[in-house]
Parts: sequence; structure tokens; C-alpha cells
Amino acid sequence: MAINVMQDTVISPKLSKSFRRNFIERIIEFGLLISAAFAVFITTAIVYVLVSEAIPFFEYVSVYEFLTDTVWTPNYSIKRYGILALISGTLTTTFIALLVAVPLGTITAIYLSEFASHKVRETIKPILELLVGVPTVVFGYFALMLVTPFLQTIYPDLTTFNMLGPGIVMGIMIVPYIASVSEDAMRAVPMSMREGAYAMGATRFQTAIRVIAPAATSGIVASYILAISRAVGETMIVAIAAGQQPTFTFNPVDSAATITAYIVSVALGDLEHGGIGYQSIFAAGLTLLVMTLVLNILGHWVRKKYTERY
Amino acid sequence: MVATQRKTTQKKRFNDVVKAESRNLDFYYADGTQALKNVNLDVYENKITALIGPSGCGKSTFLRSFNRMHDLYTGNRYDGQIVLHPDNTNILDKKVDPIEVRMRISMVFQKPNPFPKSIYENVAYGLRVRGEANTHVLDEKVEEALKGASLWEEVKDRLHDLAFNLSGGQQQRLCIARALATEPEIMLFDEPTSALDPIATVNIEELMSELKKKLSILIVTHNMQQAARISDYCAYMYLGELVEHDLTDKIFTNPSKKETEDYITGKFG
Amino acid sequence: MAENNAKQLKDLDQIRALIQKHKKNDFIFAFIGMFIIASLTITLLILFLDLFFDGYPRLGLEFFSNYPSRKAIQAGILSAWIGSSLVLIVTFLVAVPMGIAAGVYLEEYAKKNWLSDLIEINVSNLAGVPSIIYGLLALGLFVYSFGLGQSILTAGLTLALLMLPVVIVATRESIRAIPVHIREAAFAVGATKWQVVLNHVIPYSYGGILTGVIIGMARAIGETAPVITIGALTFIAFLPPSPIGTEAPFLNFDWLQSGFTVLPIQMFNWISRPQYEFHVNAAATGAVIIVLTALMNGFAIKLRYDVRKKIKW
Repeated sequence: MAINVMQDTVISPKLSKSFRRNFIERIIEFGLLISAAFAVFITTAIVYVLVSEAIPFFEYVSVYEFLTDTVWTPNYSIKRYGILALISGTLTTTFIALLVAVPLGTITAIYLSEFASHKVRETIKPILELLVGVPTVVFGYFALMLVTPFLQTIYPDLTTFNMLGPGIVMGIMIVPYIASVSEDAMRAVPMSMREGAYAMGATRFQTAIRVIAPAATSGIVASYILAISRAVGETMIVAIAAGQQPTFTFNPVDSAATITAYIVSVALGDLEHGGIGYQSIFAAGLTLLVMTLVLNILGHWVRKKYTERY
Repeated sequence: MVATQRKTTQKKRFNDVVKAESRNLDFYYADGTQALKNVNLDVYENKITALIGPSGCGKSTFLRSFNRMHDLYTGNRYDGQIVLHPDNTNILDKKVDPIEVRMRISMVFQKPNPFPKSIYENVAYGLRVRGEANTHVLDEKVEEALKGASLWEEVKDRLHDLAFNLSGGQQQRLCIARALATEPEIMLFDEPTSALDPIATVNIEELMSELKKKLSILIVTHNMQQAARISDYCAYMYLGELVEHDLTDKIFTNPSKKETEDYITGKFG
Repeated sequence: MAENNAKQLKDLDQIRALIQKHKKNDFIFAFIGMFIIASLTITLLILFLDLFFDGYPRLGLEFFSNYPSRKAIQAGILSAWIGSSLVLIVTFLVAVPMGIAAGVYLEEYAKKNWLSDLIEINVSNLAGVPSIIYGLLALGLFVYSFGLGQSILTAGLTLALLMLPVVIVATRESIRAIPVHIREAAFAVGATKWQVVLNHVIPYSYGGILTGVIIGMARAIGETAPVITIGALTFIAFLPPSPIGTEAPFLNFDWLQSGFTVLPIQMFNWISRPQYEFHVNAAATGAVIIVLTALMNGFAIKLRYDVRKKIKW
């Protein structure tokens, strides 16, 4: 057909690309990219700073000794740096927190997702969000001034600084995290599954426990992992109420320092830049970063599995 | 010069002036599927050309090539040309700025999509993008466009109300006013009435017949009655290919291809 | 026949009994759920009320206008609340533009490639890094490498790093809610990408972004660990130089280099004292922080609710 006859087309100056406008657009895009890439810079900087400050520390203390010794006495004449003394405190408080937060958080999530009416849910979720917003220093005050004295009425031998009180308060603090992530996971379970269960005559409770919770397992597990990560990195509650004396113990009624509490206690004193004390907080920080990083990656991986399923 | 030359070399099929033509147009989506295969189609000045065909036949893809909407998503690829007259520009050329193309060829979408701004700002936006800042000029052009979209009488007292407060039909006419304000040469309509009730549909159809006095219209429609009612030319597409393109009367009374006839009589599609 | 009927009826009775039993489980669980939530709420309410009652004797105007002092009764939070305000100004000015820019880039510009994947991973990872690690970063980088010292600028930047992921996530979420056809409508009349972003994307996601910003700021007010880690002083009886000068250009930036304290550190400092009178001060400071953060969070939650209700595309 004649239409197919190809003609050379022309480009009017009006239609050709505006150099100036394209240039400005490119500059803006580049500026936005830099802002976004800043996140990569921060991560790199974190790793770089922690590693570069920790390296001289590990020239002084061998990695083997650091990881296996159970005594942490940076202020004594015989200085020993066994991170296990700090890790024991971190793990004990985290464990207590989980004992509180996992059952409370899971039940709250199941209740909100499967039992509560729309209205109830809309009232409770903002309360949980407000709870997330409470600064940890205030929680620390509660642990020291209210929870520990209360525990002392039951168990009079409890010392002022102990891991039980802050552990419990930390657990309360973490409940909303578990509740909200688990609830999201359960709400993501398709309605058809619920209908299937109800159609067979199951009650709400049976549906929730036998169908919904198993289907949302990976999301619920992810919420636990994120909760552990929170607890491990939590600082002020333990720094205020668990004591700042590094001790290798798993006994909740003992006073002990966590990794985070040690960093705070050193930072509060006079820091000699470049000294072994200064470097030791970076070695401790590096340990903490590795722990939370492993947990976060694990949590991310588990969570991704469930989003892929539906 | 070039344009006149062209007219002499090309056999004229109809007695109307060609406003734009696609030449050997192929289109590939980012995933590699070919949505248009060698489409050659003329759009005539001051006429309505309707594109019909079953869903997925490529008619919307073809329409969206005319204002380079596909450029918004990476990986899409055009082959061939769409030539705009009288200046004989291939608007698919890499050197042509898609933004300039969109300033000459405007579009009305399937679902009314006003911005969450005032009625006035919706219409004025295209002008503002062009750098028009003079309030008097803006006022004048907004009024003109709203009149052109036969919406002025209904909204003149509440120009600064949020556009979302209008009814569906009014919103779509507002979108037409928005597209009209910049005085485009061609207006593209992508199933403009599929989300509207029958009365609003009639309003829009009447409006289109009015609009073609000023510009050329290319419309995609699912509704064959609509194509028959309003268009001057009609093109039937199937599986990314142009099956038949002719005067609407001819297509609906005496199509030359069997496939077209099957589609129009409802045996298929 | 009659026997059969009787058997069916007996079965029916059994089923009904079973259902009754199961329904009891439903009821018990619902009760436990409500009980847990209620007791959690009530416990917290008691804790807060206790904080207010403990701190009440100190909560007067003087508390806000006095410097910290060796005498608990005369001590106030003047330097702390001014310090917090100045630090937050820096945090806001850094985190908000950068966070919005990063969010806009990731949603509107980023193409699917290794770079955008890398950025994605980093943003989600940063949100999970404990805040004290940011403190160590700031100590090594801002305080010593950049030589910014233990200043308001350092603290502001540190908290900005913490706030950045919050703003980015909020920006992205609210941008994602804007339907594609609104963008296409703007492009169709000839807008450039940046015009689409500036005239449409950012204005329409404004509510969601603001929510994220307020929540992030509320968190920054209460952050203690990273600010302690950079070595903020706990006893400050002076104010930073005023940001507003008496001579042109009426702005001076000396305050950025000043030493400072913030509200949560002041509270921590008072908790750490053995004397009871200082604990009263700590409670009063805690009450101030709680009211501030609760007001901000409450406002943000309400704002988000309103935004969700208002915009129906």
C-alpha cells in the first residue's frame, strides 16, 4: 500500500529535546539518588568505624580470649576482657523479656486478628502504638522504682539491681512489636481459609489455633526474632535497673551488666580517646551488631517466606 | 515543503487531510511480548477515528503510543514511526522529547482521574506546566476550556471546590477540559465512558462530536454502538494487528474482511 | 424407624453438647485476650500515674526555668529542654529532607537494578540496628574523625541517622498509595518527572509523610543511649549561645558547637543519684517526656487515621 512509502521525517526545533530542562531533571534525579544512597553509606560507616576501632583492641586481647573468657574487668589492675560476662547478662534479660512478651504478644495478636470486632481493634491498636512510643528511659525508671520494689515484697532477698525486674519491663515493652507483626501475618491469611474452617463447623478458637496460627507461623516466628533483636539491643532499661557490674551469671535475681549497659557505663565516664577502654566499647558494639544483624537477616528471611506464599 | 511533496507521492485513500499516521509500527513490552505488529493507520484531521477489537488486541497500546505513555515504564520498545503532520515529525524518534509530544497530543483516560486539587487547578495544570503564570491568561483559558468541555455552566460558581466533589460524568468532562486547555492537535480517548452511566455517556459523546471541529480524535472503545454512533473512521484490531480500517459506515454495513464482520455481528469477541 | 430417629436425636444432643463445650473455649479465650490487653493498659496507666504523682511536687514553672543544681529542690530542666529543642532542630533539618528525597527516589525513580536492591536492603537493615550502635558510629565518626566534638551538631546528626529510616518508610508507604493513573494524567498534559513529583506525588502523600516525621521526632526526643554514647555531659548549668543574634544577619551558628544535655539524659542522671529527692526530679522529667511524646504520637496516629479516611482515589 502507498502508506508504506517511507519518507524522511523532520524534527522541528520545538519538538527536539530541551537540553536545559533535561539537564535540570538529571541534576535533581542525581540529588535524590545521593540521598537514597546515603543509607548504604551509613551501613558502611557503621561497619568501618566498629571494625577499625576494634582492631587495635584485638591486638591487645586475642579474639579467642575475648570470646571464651568469662571475666570482664576493664577497671581492675589485671584487665580481662571476656565478652561472655556481658553476653550472659544480655541473654538472661532477653530470655526473661521473651517469657513475658511471647505469650502476651501472641495472645493479643490472635485476639485482635480473629476475635476483636472492628471497633475494638480500632481502639486497641492506637493504644499499642502509643506504648511503642514510650521512651525506654521511662521504662527504666519503672523497672527500678516500681517493679523491683514490688518484686522485693515477694522475694525480699532481691537486690536493688537485678535482671528480673528490667527483664519483665522489657517484655512489656516488646509486647506491641510481637502483637503488631504477628497480627499482620494472621490478617494476611486469606479469608477463604477461615471460611473453609467455619464451613466445617469450627469455632473461632478452633479456627484461630488450628488453621490461622499454623498458616501464619513464619510471620509469627519472624515477630519473635525481631523481638529478640529488640531485646538484645535495648539499652536504657538494663543500664538503669540491672546494674553495671559485668558478671558471668544466668541467675535472674543477680545484678549483671549487658553489652549495651557496659557501653553506656564507659561512655558516662571520662573516655580517653584511643585507650583500651575506649576501644573495648567498639569491640562490644561489634559483638552486638553481629548478634542483631544475624537476627535481623533471619527474621527478614522468615518473613519473606510467608509473604511469598500468598 | 516536505509535506506537500509527500502528498503527491502518496495515493490518497480518502478525501480527508491526514493528521497523523503510524508506519510499520511494532511495539514490545518490557517482558518481550509483542503487542503491536506492523500497524499502519492514518488519523484524519477533524475526524473521529475509533479503534475497536476484543480486549488485549492492542488498541489501547496503540493509542498510548501516540503520546509516548509507554516511555514511563522502562524496557518498552517501539519500532517504526508515528508521523505527525503538517510538520512531518516522527514522534517516536529518540531525539523527540516525549514531553513535547504530550504537549501537542493530549489524552483522556478510562477512569476519570482528576487531581485532588480544585477544579480550576485541574484545568490550569497543563498551562502551568508550560510556564504560563499570568492570572488573566489562566482565567481566560480555564473558562474557555471548561466551556469547550460543556462544564462551565455547572461549575462556574465553585471553581475552587475540590474536583473530587464532582459526579463521575462531570469529572470526566473536567479531564477533557484539562486536556483541552492546552489546545492540543490530537486528543486521545481511552474508553472514556466505560466507567460512566448512560446519561453521562451521551454527554461525552455529544461533546466529542463538538470537539472534532477543532481537533482530531482517536478513541478506543469497547462499545461497538458507540463507535458506530460517533466515529467517522473505524479500525478493527485483532492480536496486535490492524485487520481493517475504513469509513465507519462501510465497516458497519459492508466490511471487507470476514473477521471484522464476525466481530461486529457478535459471532466472535 | 423410631429407633433410628431416637439415635439421630441422641447424636444431635451430643453435637450440641460438643458445640457448647467448644463455644466455652471461644468465650474463655476471648476473655483471656481482653484480660491481657486490659491489664496491660491498666498496668501502664498505673505506672504513668505513679510517675505523675511522684513528680507532681516539682512540676511548676520554676522546674522549667532552673538549671540543674546540687540541691534537688532547686534543680530544673532549663538546659535540658533547650538542649533537646536545639538538637531536634538539627535532626529535623537533616532527616526530613533527606528521608523524603530518599523515599521519592526509591519509589519514583529507582529502576530495578543492583543499586536499588542494595539501597533497599540497607534501609530495611538500618531500621533494625540498635540505637546504641548509632551512638558508637557517631562517637568514632562525628566526634573524632570529623572533629565535631560532643556538640549539639553531633547529637542532632546522630538522631537524624536514627530517624532517617522512619521517614523513608513513611514516605514510601504514602507514595505507594497514590494510584498510577494520577501520575499518568500529569504526564499526559506534558509534565516532567520532577514536576509530577513536586506538584502531585509529594503534595498527595503529605499527610502520611508528616505522620512519619512526627513519630520519628517523638522517638528522637526520648532517645537516650546514642546521646550518652557520644559523651553528652550530664551536668550542664549553662545555655548554648542563642541562635538569634542582635546584629545582622540575626542568625548565628555558634550553638551548633556548644556542649549540651537533653531531657532523657537529665532524667537518667537523676535516677542514678542515690538520694530520693532527685528521684522526684527524675519522675517529673519523665512526666514531661511522656506528655510530649504521647501528644506527638497521638497527633500522628489521629492524622494518619484522618488521611486514610479522607482520600479515596
